[in-house]
Amino acid sequence: MYNIMFWTTIKRIIKAGFISFWRNGSVSLSAVFVMIVALFMIASTLLITAFLGTALKDLQDKIDINIYVDEKATEPAILSLKEKIEILPEVKSVSYISREQALENFRIRHENDHRIIQALDEIGDNPLPATLTIKAKEPSQYEGISNFLSNKSELSAGSTLSIVSKVNYNDNKVAIDRLSKIIIGVKKLGGIITAMMIGISILITFNTIRLAIFIARDEIGVMRLVGGSNEYVRGPFVVEGILYGLVAAFLTLILFYPVTYWLKNTTQVFYGGVDLLHYFVANFVQIFVIIILSGIALGAVSSYLAVRKYLTSK
Amino acid sequence: MIYFDNVSKSYQDGTVALNGVTLSIKQGEFVSIVGHSGAGKTTLVKLLLGEDNPTTGSVSFDSVNIKKIKAKDMPELRRRIGVIFQDFRLLPNKTAYENVAFAMEVAGKADEEIASDVPHVLELVDLTKKMWNFPRQLSGGELQRVAIARAIVNQPDLIIADEPTGNLDPINTYEIVQILKKINDMGTTVILTTHNKGVVEALGKRVITMDHGRIIRDDSTGKYAL
Repeated sequence: MYNIMFWTTIKRIIKAGFISFWRNGSVSLSAVFVMIVALFMIASTLLITAFLGTALKDLQDKIDINIYVDEKATEPAILSLKEKIEILPEVKSVSYISREQALENFRIRHENDHRIIQALDEIGDNPLPATLTIKAKEPSQYEGISNFLSNKSELSAGSTLSIVSKVNYNDNKVAIDRLSKIIIGVKKLGGIITAMMIGISILITFNTIRLAIFIARDEIGVMRLVGGSNEYVRGPFVVEGILYGLVAAFLTLILFYPVTYWLKNTTQVFYGGVDLLHYFVANFVQIFVIIILSGIALGAVSSYLAVRKYLTSK
Repeated sequence: MIYFDNVSKSYQDGTVALNGVTLSIKQGEFVSIVGHSGAGKTTLVKLLLGEDNPTTGSVSFDSVNIKKIKAKDMPELRRRIGVIFQDFRLLPNKTAYENVAFAMEVAGKADEEIASDVPHVLELVDLTKKMWNFPRQLSGGELQRVAIARAIVNQPDLIIADEPTGNLDPINTYEIVQILKKINDMGTTVILTTHNKGVVEALGKRVITMDHGRIIRDDSTGKYAL
């Protein structure tokens, strides 16, 4: 019996929430609009920081140290050098590109450039050195690796023992340093901006819902006077808040498609373009879940807190 | 059934709303409380509904001190008391039917019971035709009849009507009083606050006269004596 009553009550609360959402059309509409703005802010900061993250990762992958090996060096000597570098804790990977491989890569890369291929054929011999490409785990670790390389006499360029003809780290040092700083800065800033945006959205939503419930404060009084328990009075407002959130979340997701599409086209002029659309589509399920859940949570919690004010007295 | 034991109520600004009121009302009585504005009628009602607590003294309903009822048990008490106000206090976004049904829903009545009782009660107050109208589509008299329907639908032990005819014309006033009388005839205790002399005299029931927070007269078949 108790159980039946419980479900009847839940059913009544949900129904009352829906009816109220529908009949208070203008209030619901404005609450939904404000929540769209809030959710849009949350979604775009998440999307942009996630996008920046992958973009920076791509950039990071482009950083490396190339060791150009002397022509005279034998393959076993090169491979033993590779092993020595690989044991360093900072090193993620070392890849070896033989002279033949380098030549083939070069030909493939320039297959449409007849003049270069012609010049290459004219030389006859393979002019390209073998290389060891070192990737570090973190951009900041390149300096350490480079120091290690220059302290080893067998590795340092020019030494009699050396099989290394050139290490290109110092050429890239400035670029690598700058990039490392930018990456760290953007990551920090992204975190702060995300937190701020989410904070602002919560405040805006909470205040809007508080106003909506302020309008209904007399009704809350009447409901209590007729004998409504706090849960029964509060329930429909929370359901209404959830509905604001759900509707706003769906509209936000629908709006995002054309916005990211537009952004893609207008930023195409830059190198590569900011392809948020691709990112949005690729991670749709995740974004969908985050936005819907944020909408529901924002609406429900705001309503719950806003009604509480009118339920404190006996 | 209801007992006010030496009740005083003063507010923070120093106003004394009730001053040593002792009063008892038996089951099935029809009591009119009359007095000028500020005599303490509404305060009396508020204390009875637990909306406010007395400064000194105690108010009990069926031997239970209302002040000592816990917040979570308050709705239980309010479902046993039907209240009718001068300003109707209906839910504006619910139809007449839904307003009455709401009182049954909060009391945890079954859907079938609601579906059969609500039309019946609305018929009792002659509102069958306007069952699906919203409050904004109803006249003052009709609104008050919806409020009465809502107050009686749970068959409460007590009906409190706080100036129910204050906003109504004489014809509607007469009708509302007749309905209240009918409810009382069926055994429900009714407390009516009013300053309408005609109403009180036509009823010929117990009249309590208040002035400046005190009871100055209590006549069993009273007259309006102000």
